[in-house]
Amino acid sequence: MATEIRELICINCPMGCPLTVTLEDGEVVSVTGNTCPRGDAYGRKEVTNPRRIVTTTVPVVGSKTEHMVSVKTKTDIPKDKIFDVVFALKEVKAQAPLEIGDVVLANVAGTGVDVIATKRA
Amino acid sequence: MSKVMEHHGVVIVGGGPAGLAAAIAAYEAGQHDVLVLERDVQLGGILNQCIHNGFGLHTFKEELTGPEYAARFIQKAQELDIACRLGTMVLDISPERVVTTVSAADGIRTIAADAVVLAMGCRERPRGALATPGYRPAGVYSAGTAQRLVNIEGQMPGREVVILGSGDIGLIMARRMTLEGAHVVCVAEVMPYSGGLKRNIVQCLDDFGIPLLLSHTVVDVEGKDRVEAVSIAEVDERMRPIPGTEVRYPCDTLMLSVGLLPENELSRAAGVELSPVTRGPIVDQSLQTSIPGVFACGNVLHVHDLVDFVSQEAAEAGAQAAHFSMAKDAQDGAAERGVPVVATDGVRYTVPSFVDPQKMADKLTVRFRVANEYCDRYVSVYYDDERVQHRKKRVMAPGEMEQVVLKREDLLAREGLAQITVKLEEE
Repeated sequence: MATEIRELICINCPMGCPLTVTLEDGEVVSVTGNTCPRGDAYGRKEVTNPRRIVTTTVPVVGSKTEHMVSVKTKTDIPKDKIFDVVFALKEVKAQAPLEIGDVVLANVAGTGVDVIATKRA
Repeated sequence: MSKVMEHHGVVIVGGGPAGLAAAIAAYEAGQHDVLVLERDVQLGGILNQCIHNGFGLHTFKEELTGPEYAARFIQKAQELDIACRLGTMVLDISPERVVTTVSAADGIRTIAADAVVLAMGCRERPRGALATPGYRPAGVYSAGTAQRLVNIEGQMPGREVVILGSGDIGLIMARRMTLEGAHVVCVAEVMPYSGGLKRNIVQCLDDFGIPLLLSHTVVDVEGKDRVEAVSIAEVDERMRPIPGTEVRYPCDTLMLSVGLLPENELSRAAGVELSPVTRGPIVDQSLQTSIPGVFACGNVLHVHDLVDFVSQEAAEAGAQAAHFSMAKDAQDGAAERGVPVVATDGVRYTVPSFVDPQKMADKLTVRFRVANEYCDRYVSVYYDDERVQHRKKRVMAPGEMEQVVLKREDLLAREGLAQITVKLEEE
Protein backbone atom coordinates (compact mmCIF):
# COMPACT_ATOMS: atom_id res chain seq x y z
CA MET A 1 0.00 0.00 0.00
CA ALA A 2 1.42 3.37 -1.05
CA THR A 3 1.15 5.98 1.67
CA GLU A 4 1.64 9.58 0.69
CA ILE A 5 1.79 12.51 3.11
CA ARG A 6 1.13 16.03 1.86
CA GLU A 7 1.85 19.12 3.93
CA LEU A 8 -0.48 22.00 3.03
CA ILE A 9 -1.43 25.43 4.29
CA CYS A 10 -5.17 25.86 4.52
CA ILE A 11 -6.22 28.92 2.50
CA ASN A 12 -9.82 29.08 3.68
CA CYS A 13 -9.19 31.86 6.12
CA PRO A 14 -6.25 34.00 7.12
CA MET A 15 -5.38 31.72 10.04
CA GLY A 16 -3.52 29.55 7.53
CA CYS A 17 -3.58 26.32 9.52
CA PRO A 18 -0.75 23.92 8.61
CA LEU A 19 -2.44 20.70 7.42
CA THR A 20 -1.09 17.20 7.07
CA VAL A 21 -3.06 15.12 4.57
CA THR A 22 -2.40 11.41 4.46
CA LEU A 23 -3.30 9.47 1.33
CA GLU A 24 -3.27 5.74 0.82
CA ASP A 25 -3.33 4.61 -2.79
CA GLY A 26 -4.54 8.05 -3.79
CA GLU A 27 -7.40 8.08 -1.26
CA VAL A 28 -7.40 10.60 1.58
CA VAL A 29 -7.42 8.74 4.87
CA SER A 30 -6.82 11.63 7.27
CA VAL A 31 -6.46 15.38 7.59
CA THR A 32 -4.82 16.78 10.72
CA GLY A 33 -3.70 20.23 11.84
CA ASN A 34 -6.97 21.91 10.92
CA THR A 35 -8.87 23.87 13.56
CA CYS A 36 -12.26 23.83 11.85
CA PRO A 37 -14.27 21.65 9.45
CA ARG A 38 -13.39 23.92 6.52
CA GLY A 39 -9.78 22.86 6.93
CA ASP A 40 -10.68 19.20 6.67
CA ALA A 41 -12.70 19.83 3.52
CA TYR A 42 -9.94 21.98 2.02
CA GLY A 43 -7.29 19.33 2.69
CA ARG A 44 -9.34 16.63 0.98
CA LYS A 45 -10.20 18.79 -1.98
CA GLU A 46 -6.75 20.32 -2.46
CA VAL A 47 -5.06 16.94 -3.03
CA THR A 48 -7.79 15.59 -5.32
CA ASN A 49 -9.57 18.52 -7.01
CA PRO A 50 -8.02 21.88 -6.10
CA ARG A 51 -10.41 24.79 -6.52
CA ARG A 52 -10.22 28.57 -6.13
CA ILE A 53 -12.52 31.58 -6.06
CA VAL A 54 -11.38 34.03 -8.74
CA THR A 55 -11.68 37.76 -8.06
CA THR A 56 -11.01 40.44 -10.66
CA THR A 57 -12.53 43.61 -12.12
CA VAL A 58 -14.40 44.47 -15.30
CA PRO A 59 -15.10 47.91 -16.76
CA VAL A 60 -18.54 49.29 -16.01
CA VAL A 61 -20.44 51.72 -18.21
CA GLY A 62 -23.12 54.12 -17.07
CA SER A 63 -21.96 54.40 -13.46
CA LYS A 64 -21.63 57.83 -11.89
CA THR A 65 -19.02 56.71 -9.40
CA GLU A 66 -17.08 53.75 -10.78
CA HIS A 67 -14.87 53.04 -13.81
CA MET A 68 -14.42 49.43 -12.78
CA VAL A 69 -16.59 47.02 -10.86
CA SER A 70 -15.10 44.24 -8.76
CA VAL A 71 -16.40 40.73 -9.46
CA LYS A 72 -15.91 37.16 -8.24
CA THR A 73 -16.86 33.66 -9.19
CA LYS A 74 -19.90 32.89 -7.06
CA THR A 75 -18.31 29.67 -5.85
CA ASP A 76 -14.87 28.16 -6.32
CA ILE A 77 -13.88 26.86 -9.75
CA PRO A 78 -11.21 24.29 -10.72
CA LYS A 79 -7.77 25.78 -10.16
CA ASP A 80 -6.65 24.95 -13.70
CA LYS A 81 -9.53 27.07 -15.05
CA ILE A 82 -8.39 30.33 -13.40
CA PHE A 83 -6.96 31.78 -16.62
CA ASP A 84 -9.93 30.57 -18.68
CA VAL A 85 -12.16 32.60 -16.35
CA VAL A 86 -9.96 35.68 -16.66
CA PHE A 87 -9.85 35.41 -20.47
CA ALA A 88 -13.63 34.94 -20.66
CA LEU A 89 -14.03 38.20 -18.72
CA LYS A 90 -11.65 40.10 -20.94
CA GLU A 91 -14.35 41.24 -23.36
CA VAL A 92 -17.04 41.82 -20.74
CA LYS A 93 -18.32 45.30 -19.95
CA ALA A 94 -20.81 45.54 -17.14
CA GLN A 95 -23.77 47.89 -17.33
CA ALA A 96 -24.73 50.07 -14.37
CA PRO A 97 -26.76 50.07 -12.21
CA LEU A 98 -25.30 47.02 -10.51
CA GLU A 99 -26.02 45.63 -7.06
CA ILE A 100 -23.79 43.27 -5.12
CA GLY A 101 -24.62 39.76 -6.31
CA ASP A 102 -25.83 40.73 -9.79
CA VAL A 103 -24.64 38.27 -12.45
CA VAL A 104 -22.02 39.83 -14.72
CA LEU A 105 -21.28 36.67 -16.72
CA ALA A 106 -23.23 33.43 -16.41
CA ASN A 107 -21.56 30.01 -16.52
CA VAL A 108 -18.08 31.42 -17.00
CA ALA A 109 -15.75 29.33 -19.18
CA GLY A 110 -18.08 26.34 -18.97
CA THR A 111 -17.51 25.94 -15.25
CA GLY A 112 -21.21 26.16 -14.45
CA VAL A 113 -20.36 29.02 -12.09
CA ASP A 114 -21.60 32.61 -12.49
CA VAL A 115 -19.42 35.68 -12.11
CA ILE A 116 -21.15 38.21 -9.85
CA ALA A 117 -20.55 41.83 -8.91
CA THR A 118 -19.06 42.46 -5.46
CA LYS A 119 -19.60 46.20 -5.47
CA ARG A 120 -22.45 48.56 -6.30
CA ALA A 121 -21.91 50.60 -9.42
CA MET B 1 -20.96 86.27 16.06
CA SER B 2 -21.75 84.16 19.10
CA LYS B 3 -22.51 81.08 17.05
CA VAL B 4 -22.66 77.96 19.20
CA MET B 5 -20.09 75.42 18.14
CA GLU B 6 -21.42 72.26 16.50
CA HIS B 7 -21.45 69.49 19.07
CA HIS B 8 -21.71 65.67 18.94
CA GLY B 9 -21.60 62.81 21.40
CA VAL B 10 -19.04 60.69 19.54
CA VAL B 11 -17.00 61.97 16.60
CA ILE B 12 -15.20 59.28 14.60
CA VAL B 13 -12.22 60.20 12.45
CA GLY B 14 -12.24 57.85 9.47
CA GLY B 15 -15.00 55.95 7.65
CA GLY B 16 -13.12 52.74 6.86
CA PRO B 17 -13.73 49.38 8.52
CA ALA B 18 -12.62 50.64 11.96
CA GLY B 19 -14.61 53.87 11.87
CA LEU B 20 -17.78 52.16 10.64
CA ALA B 21 -17.65 49.41 13.26
CA ALA B 22 -16.94 51.99 15.97
CA ALA B 23 -19.85 54.16 14.83
CA ILE B 24 -22.30 51.26 14.80
CA ALA B 25 -21.15 50.05 18.22
CA ALA B 26 -21.35 53.57 19.69
CA TYR B 27 -24.91 53.87 18.45
CA GLU B 28 -25.85 50.46 19.76
CA ALA B 29 -24.33 51.34 23.15
CA GLY B 30 -26.90 54.11 23.42
CA GLN B 31 -25.13 57.17 22.03
CA HIS B 32 -27.24 58.14 19.04
CA ASP B 33 -25.42 61.40 18.32
CA VAL B 34 -22.56 59.93 16.30
CA LEU B 35 -20.72 61.66 13.46
CA VAL B 36 -18.31 59.92 11.08
CA LEU B 37 -15.78 62.11 9.23
CA GLU B 38 -14.34 60.63 6.02
CA ARG B 39 -11.96 62.37 3.65
CA ASP B 40 -12.79 60.15 0.66
CA VAL B 41 -16.01 60.58 -1.30
CA GLN B 42 -17.21 57.15 -0.21
CA LEU B 43 -17.18 55.04 2.93
CA GLY B 44 -15.32 51.75 3.25
CA GLY B 45 -11.73 52.94 3.25
CA ILE B 46 -9.09 50.63 1.87
CA LEU B 47 -11.59 47.75 1.60
CA ASN B 48 -12.91 49.32 -1.61
CA GLN B 49 -9.74 48.40 -3.45
CA CYS B 50 -9.23 45.03 -1.73
CA ILE B 51 -11.31 43.08 -4.24
CA HIS B 52 -9.90 39.68 -3.24
CA ASN B 53 -11.83 37.29 -1.06
CA GLY B 54 -11.05 36.14 2.46
CA PHE B 55 -12.72 38.82 4.54
CA GLY B 56 -15.34 38.22 7.16
CA LEU B 57 -15.00 34.54 8.01
CA HIS B 58 -14.88 35.37 11.71
CA THR B 59 -17.53 38.10 11.61
CA PHE B 60 -20.06 36.77 9.12
CA LYS B 61 -19.07 33.09 8.86
CA GLU B 62 -18.71 33.50 5.13
CA GLU B 63 -15.93 34.51 2.84
CA LEU B 64 -16.41 37.98 1.40
CA THR B 65 -14.41 40.35 -0.77
CA GLY B 66 -13.34 43.72 0.63
CA PRO B 67 -16.12 45.74 -1.01
CA GLU B 68 -18.73 43.21 0.15
CA TYR B 69 -17.41 43.32 3.71
CA ALA B 70 -17.49 47.12 3.70
CA ALA B 71 -21.00 47.14 2.24
CA ARG B 72 -22.33 45.16 5.22
CA PHE B 73 -21.13 47.85 7.61
CA ILE B 74 -22.13 50.76 5.37
CA GLN B 75 -25.63 49.34 5.10
CA LYS B 76 -25.86 48.88 8.86
CA ALA B 77 -24.70 52.46 9.45
CA GLN B 78 -27.32 53.69 6.99
CA GLU B 79 -30.05 51.65 8.66
CA LEU B 80 -29.15 53.30 11.96
CA ASP B 81 -29.12 56.68 10.21
CA ILE B 82 -25.63 57.47 11.47
CA ALA B 83 -24.38 60.81 10.15
CA CYS B 84 -21.39 60.42 7.82
CA ARG B 85 -19.72 63.52 6.41
CA LEU B 86 -17.81 62.56 3.24
CA GLY B 87 -15.14 64.54 1.43
CA THR B 88 -14.25 65.94 4.82
CA MET B 89 -10.70 66.01 6.07
CA VAL B 90 -9.83 66.42 9.73
CA LEU B 91 -7.13 69.06 10.16
CA ASP B 92 -6.76 69.06 13.90
CA ILE B 93 -7.92 67.44 17.11
CA SER B 94 -7.36 69.42 20.29
CA PRO B 95 -6.74 67.83 23.70
CA GLU B 96 -10.16 69.26 24.66
CA ARG B 97 -11.65 67.20 21.81
CA VAL B 98 -12.45 70.03 19.47
CA VAL B 99 -12.17 68.66 15.95
CA THR B 100 -11.38 71.00 13.04
CA THR B 101 -12.43 69.84 9.58
CA VAL B 102 -12.24 71.15 6.05
CA SER B 103 -14.37 70.25 3.05
CA ALA B 104 -15.20 71.79 -0.30
CA ALA B 105 -18.86 72.02 0.70
CA ASP B 106 -18.52 73.52 4.18
CA GLY B 107 -15.07 75.10 4.32
CA ILE B 108 -13.49 74.98 7.75
CA ARG B 109 -15.63 73.88 10.66
CA THR B 110 -15.01 73.17 14.32
CA ILE B 111 -16.88 70.44 16.13
CA ALA B 112 -16.89 69.83 19.88
CA ALA B 113 -16.99 66.13 20.75
CA ASP B 114 -17.75 64.46 24.08
CA ALA B 115 -15.64 61.56 22.84
CA VAL B 116 -13.41 61.04 19.80
CA VAL B 117 -12.53 57.75 18.13
CA LEU B 118 -9.32 57.74 16.09
CA ALA B 119 -9.82 55.42 13.10
CA MET B 120 -7.52 56.90 10.47
CA GLY B 121 -5.90 53.66 9.41
CA CYS B 122 -2.37 53.40 8.11
CA ARG B 123 -0.31 54.21 5.06
CA GLU B 124 2.41 52.42 3.18
CA ARG B 125 6.08 52.79 3.88
CA PRO B 126 7.36 54.60 0.78
CA ARG B 127 10.48 54.14 -1.34
CA GLY B 128 12.08 57.09 0.40
CA ALA B 129 12.12 55.08 3.62
CA LEU B 130 14.37 52.46 1.99
CA ALA B 131 18.01 52.83 1.13
CA THR B 132 17.54 51.90 -2.53
CA PRO B 133 20.10 53.31 -4.94
CA GLY B 134 19.41 54.59 -8.44
CA TYR B 135 17.50 57.45 -10.01
CA ARG B 136 13.84 58.13 -9.34
CA PRO B 137 12.32 56.76 -12.53
CA ALA B 138 8.64 56.17 -13.23
CA GLY B 139 7.59 52.61 -12.55
CA VAL B 140 8.26 52.43 -8.82
CA TYR B 141 4.96 51.97 -6.98
CA SER B 142 3.91 51.09 -3.52
CA ALA B 143 1.80 47.95 -3.79
CA GLY B 144 -1.31 49.71 -2.48
CA THR B 145 -1.00 52.47 -5.05
CA ALA B 146 -0.71 49.88 -7.80
CA GLN B 147 -3.72 48.08 -6.31
CA ARG B 148 -5.75 51.26 -6.53
CA LEU B 149 -4.64 51.88 -10.12
CA VAL B 150 -5.63 48.39 -11.24
CA ASN B 151 -8.79 47.80 -9.21
CA ILE B 152 -10.36 51.25 -9.04
CA GLU B 153 -8.94 53.16 -12.03
CA GLY B 154 -8.56 50.19 -14.36
CA GLN B 155 -5.00 51.15 -15.29
CA MET B 156 -2.04 48.77 -15.56
CA PRO B 157 1.10 50.09 -13.84
CA GLY B 158 3.42 47.87 -15.91
CA ARG B 159 4.01 44.53 -17.63
CA GLU B 160 7.20 43.10 -16.20
CA VAL B 161 7.11 43.35 -12.44
CA VAL B 162 9.51 42.80 -9.56
CA ILE B 163 8.04 43.04 -6.07
CA LEU B 164 10.16 43.99 -3.06
CA GLY B 165 8.72 42.94 0.26
CA SER B 166 6.37 40.08 0.97
CA GLY B 167 3.68 41.95 2.88
CA ASP B 168 0.16 40.83 2.12
CA ILE B 169 -0.56 43.66 -0.32
CA GLY B 170 2.54 42.72 -2.32
CA LEU B 171 1.49 39.08 -2.43
CA ILE B 172 -2.08 39.96 -3.41
CA MET B 173 -0.73 42.27 -6.13
CA ALA B 174 1.57 39.53 -7.47
CA ARG B 175 -1.54 37.48 -8.23
CA ARG B 176 -3.56 40.46 -9.39
CA MET B 177 -0.92 41.60 -11.90
CA THR B 178 -0.56 38.03 -13.15
CA LEU B 179 -4.31 37.73 -13.76
CA GLU B 180 -4.21 41.05 -15.62
CA GLY B 181 -1.58 39.71 -17.99
CA ALA B 182 1.64 41.02 -16.46
CA HIS B 183 4.63 38.84 -15.71
CA VAL B 184 5.72 38.90 -12.09
CA VAL B 185 9.39 38.00 -12.08
CA CYS B 186 9.78 37.39 -8.36
CA VAL B 187 9.04 38.64 -4.87
CA ALA B 188 12.18 39.54 -2.88
CA GLU B 189 12.04 39.66 0.92
CA VAL B 190 14.95 40.91 3.01
CA MET B 191 13.90 38.91 6.06
CA PRO B 192 14.34 35.13 6.21
CA TYR B 193 10.54 34.78 6.49
CA SER B 194 7.55 36.28 4.72
CA GLY B 195 5.82 39.31 6.16
CA GLY B 196 2.47 38.15 4.79
CA LEU B 197 -0.06 35.48 5.61
CA LYS B 198 0.85 31.92 4.67
CA ARG B 199 -2.40 31.50 2.76
CA ASN B 200 -1.32 34.33 0.49
CA ILE B 201 2.01 32.66 -0.24
CA VAL B 202 0.05 29.59 -1.32
CA GLN B 203 -2.73 31.16 -3.36
CA CYS B 204 -0.92 34.23 -4.74
CA LEU B 205 2.61 32.95 -5.40
CA ASP B 206 2.67 29.12 -5.39
CA ASP B 207 -0.49 28.86 -7.51
CA PHE B 208 1.20 30.89 -10.25
CA GLY B 209 4.77 29.66 -9.88
CA ILE B 210 6.05 33.07 -8.71
CA PRO B 211 9.31 32.63 -6.81
CA LEU B 212 9.68 34.07 -3.30
CA LEU B 213 13.31 34.97 -2.64
CA LEU B 214 13.79 35.13 1.13
CA SER B 215 16.83 36.97 2.52
CA HIS B 216 17.11 38.93 -0.73
CA THR B 217 16.82 42.63 -1.45
CA VAL B 218 17.01 45.13 -4.29
CA VAL B 219 20.49 46.62 -4.57
CA ASP B 220 20.09 48.62 -7.77
CA VAL B 221 17.28 50.23 -9.74
CA GLU B 222 18.27 50.98 -13.34
CA GLY B 223 16.62 53.52 -15.59
CA LYS B 224 16.32 57.26 -15.55
CA ASP B 225 12.89 57.98 -17.05
CA ARG B 226 11.39 54.53 -16.55
CA VAL B 227 12.54 51.49 -14.58
CA GLU B 228 14.58 49.28 -16.92
CA ALA B 229 15.91 46.63 -14.57
CA VAL B 230 16.52 45.91 -10.92
CA SER B 231 19.34 43.95 -9.37
CA ILE B 232 18.61 41.67 -6.46
CA ALA B 233 21.22 40.26 -4.09
CA GLU B 234 21.16 37.81 -1.23
CA VAL B 235 21.69 39.32 2.22
CA ASP B 236 23.60 37.96 5.20
CA GLU B 237 22.17 37.52 8.68
CA ARG B 238 22.70 41.21 9.34
CA MET B 239 20.78 42.07 6.19
CA ARG B 240 23.86 43.28 4.30
CA PRO B 241 23.93 42.37 0.60
CA ILE B 242 26.45 39.60 -0.13
CA PRO B 243 28.82 40.70 -2.93
CA GLY B 244 28.74 38.43 -5.95
CA THR B 245 25.17 37.26 -5.45
CA GLU B 246 23.56 40.01 -7.54
CA VAL B 247 21.17 38.97 -10.28
CA ARG B 248 19.85 41.52 -12.77
CA TYR B 249 16.18 41.30 -13.72
CA PRO B 250 15.00 43.40 -16.67
CA CYS B 251 11.59 44.88 -15.77
CA ASP B 252 9.50 48.04 -16.13
CA THR B 253 7.95 48.07 -12.69
CA LEU B 254 9.15 47.75 -9.10
CA MET B 255 6.44 47.34 -6.50
CA LEU B 256 7.12 47.92 -2.83
CA SER B 257 5.30 46.06 -0.09
CA VAL B 258 7.59 46.94 2.76
CA GLY B 259 5.34 47.67 5.66
CA LEU B 260 2.51 49.83 6.88
CA LEU B 261 2.71 52.77 9.26
CA PRO B 262 -0.21 53.88 11.42
CA GLU B 263 -1.22 57.36 10.32
CA ASN B 264 -0.93 59.32 13.56
CA GLU B 265 -0.14 62.88 12.57
CA LEU B 266 -3.43 64.04 14.09
CA SER B 267 -2.92 61.99 17.24
CA ARG B 268 0.61 63.30 17.70
CA ALA B 269 -0.47 66.91 17.24
CA ALA B 270 -3.23 66.35 19.80
CA GLY B 271 -0.63 65.18 22.30
CA VAL B 272 -1.63 61.50 22.31
CA GLU B 273 1.18 59.35 23.67
CA LEU B 274 2.43 56.96 20.96
CA SER B 275 4.22 53.62 21.20
CA PRO B 276 7.64 53.49 19.50
CA VAL B 277 6.95 49.85 18.59
CA THR B 278 3.48 50.03 17.02
CA ARG B 279 3.70 53.75 16.18
CA GLY B 280 0.11 53.87 17.37
CA PRO B 281 -1.39 55.31 20.55
CA ILE B 282 -0.71 53.64 23.89
CA VAL B 283 -4.12 52.55 25.14
CA ASP B 284 -5.75 51.03 28.21
CA GLN B 285 -8.38 48.26 28.47
CA SER B 286 -11.00 50.63 27.05
CA LEU B 287 -8.78 51.45 24.04
CA GLN B 288 -8.58 54.95 25.50
CA THR B 289 -5.43 56.90 24.67
CA SER B 290 -3.44 59.09 27.04
CA ILE B 291 -6.03 61.84 26.43
CA PRO B 292 -9.28 61.12 28.29
CA GLY B 293 -12.18 60.68 25.91
CA VAL B 294 -9.97 59.98 22.91
CA PHE B 295 -10.09 56.33 21.83
CA ALA B 296 -8.24 54.49 19.05
CA CYS B 297 -8.88 51.37 16.99
CA GLY B 298 -7.95 49.60 13.79
CA ASN B 299 -4.76 50.17 11.86
CA VAL B 300 -4.14 53.60 13.38
CA LEU B 301 -3.70 51.80 16.71
CA HIS B 302 -1.60 48.90 15.39
CA VAL B 303 -1.44 47.30 11.97
CA HIS B 304 -3.77 44.31 11.82
CA ASP B 305 -3.61 41.26 9.60
CA LEU B 306 -7.36 40.60 9.56
CA VAL B 307 -10.15 43.11 9.10
CA ASP B 308 -12.34 40.93 11.30
CA PHE B 309 -10.10 41.80 14.24
CA VAL B 310 -10.24 45.47 13.26
CA SER B 311 -14.04 45.32 13.41
CA GLN B 312 -14.00 43.60 16.83
CA GLU B 313 -11.51 46.06 18.25
CA ALA B 314 -13.30 49.07 16.76
CA ALA B 315 -16.64 47.92 18.15
CA GLU B 316 -15.05 47.90 21.59
CA ALA B 317 -13.59 51.39 21.09
CA GLY B 318 -16.93 52.70 19.80
CA ALA B 319 -18.85 51.29 22.76
CA GLN B 320 -16.31 52.67 25.23
CA ALA B 321 -16.43 56.08 23.56
CA ALA B 322 -20.23 56.02 23.83
CA HIS B 323 -20.08 55.18 27.54
CA PHE B 324 -17.56 57.96 28.10
CA SER B 325 -19.70 60.48 26.23
CA MET B 326 -22.77 59.58 28.24
CA ALA B 327 -21.09 59.53 31.68
CA LYS B 328 -20.27 63.20 31.98
CA ASP B 329 -19.30 63.01 35.63
CA ALA B 330 -16.58 60.51 34.87
CA GLN B 331 -15.00 62.73 32.26
CA ASP B 332 -11.56 64.21 32.24
CA GLY B 333 -10.43 62.79 35.55
CA ALA B 334 -6.73 62.12 35.93
CA ALA B 335 -6.13 59.08 33.77
CA GLU B 336 -5.68 56.08 36.07
CA ARG B 337 -3.90 53.73 33.75
CA GLY B 338 -4.14 50.46 35.63
CA VAL B 339 -1.73 47.54 35.64
CA PRO B 340 0.95 47.67 32.93
CA VAL B 341 1.04 44.82 30.40
CA VAL B 342 4.67 44.08 29.57
CA ALA B 343 5.65 42.42 26.27
CA THR B 344 8.95 40.53 26.37
CA ASP B 345 10.83 37.41 25.14
CA GLY B 346 9.66 37.43 21.54
CA VAL B 347 6.45 39.39 22.10
CA ARG B 348 7.00 42.77 20.47
CA TYR B 349 4.08 44.67 21.94
CA THR B 350 0.61 44.26 23.36
CA VAL B 351 -2.59 46.20 22.83
CA PRO B 352 -3.71 47.34 25.36
CA SER B 353 -0.65 48.40 27.34
CA PHE B 354 -2.57 48.92 30.58
CA VAL B 355 -5.42 47.06 32.23
CA ASP B 356 -7.53 48.38 35.07
CA PRO B 357 -9.22 45.29 36.54
CA GLN B 358 -11.97 47.44 38.07
CA LYS B 359 -12.95 48.88 34.73
CA MET B 360 -12.38 45.97 32.35
CA ALA B 361 -15.09 43.72 30.95
CA ASP B 362 -15.37 40.11 32.17
CA LYS B 363 -12.99 39.07 29.42
CA LEU B 364 -10.39 41.20 27.69
CA THR B 365 -8.61 40.28 24.46
CA VAL B 366 -4.97 41.32 24.44
CA ARG B 367 -3.53 41.33 20.92
CA PHE B 368 0.15 41.12 20.08
CA ARG B 369 2.71 40.28 17.45
CA VAL B 370 5.82 38.16 17.78
CA ALA B 371 9.32 39.27 16.78
CA ASN B 372 10.36 36.27 14.70
CA GLU B 373 9.21 33.01 13.19
CA TYR B 374 8.78 30.46 15.96
CA CYS B 375 7.94 26.75 15.99
CA ASP B 376 6.45 24.95 18.98
CA ARG B 377 6.67 27.82 21.44
CA TYR B 378 4.42 28.50 24.37
CA VAL B 379 2.54 31.75 24.78
CA SER B 380 2.65 32.51 28.49
CA VAL B 381 0.89 35.07 30.65
CA TYR B 382 2.25 35.96 34.07
CA TYR B 383 0.51 37.89 36.82
CA ASP B 384 3.60 39.23 38.60
CA ASP B 385 5.71 36.05 39.01
CA GLU B 386 2.90 33.56 38.70
CA ARG B 387 2.34 31.87 35.35
CA VAL B 388 -1.39 31.78 34.68
CA GLN B 389 -1.52 30.84 31.00
CA HIS B 390 0.71 28.53 29.02
CA ARG B 391 -0.47 27.55 25.56
CA LYS B 392 1.55 25.82 22.87
CA LYS B 393 1.45 27.20 19.33
CA ARG B 394 2.78 25.12 16.45
CA VAL B 395 3.79 28.10 14.33
CA MET B 396 3.96 31.84 14.98
CA ALA B 397 5.21 34.53 12.63
CA PRO B 398 5.51 38.33 12.71
CA GLY B 399 3.00 38.65 9.88
CA GLU B 400 0.20 37.19 11.97
CA MET B 401 -1.45 38.69 14.99
CA GLU B 402 -1.79 36.60 18.14
CA GLN B 403 -3.98 37.05 21.18
CA VAL B 404 -4.54 36.04 24.77
CA VAL B 405 -7.68 36.55 26.81
CA LEU B 406 -7.54 37.88 30.37
CA LYS B 407 -10.38 37.28 32.82
CA ARG B 408 -11.51 40.04 35.12
CA GLU B 409 -12.17 37.71 38.06
CA ASP B 410 -8.59 36.41 37.88
CA LEU B 411 -7.20 39.93 38.00
CA LEU B 412 -9.54 41.06 40.78
CA ALA B 413 -8.51 38.03 42.84
CA ARG B 414 -4.93 39.34 42.89
CA GLU B 415 -4.93 42.45 44.97
CA GLY B 416 -1.89 44.64 44.52
CA LEU B 417 -1.04 43.10 41.13
CA ALA B 418 1.84 45.19 39.77
CA GLN B 419 2.49 43.75 36.33
CA ILE B 420 1.03 41.48 33.66
CA THR B 421 3.63 39.89 31.38
CA VAL B 422 3.04 38.29 27.99
CA LYS B 423 5.99 36.31 26.64
CA LEU B 424 7.07 33.29 24.62
CA GLU B 425 8.71 30.30 26.27
CA GLU B 426 10.38 27.20 24.88
CA GLU B 427 8.79 24.99 27.51
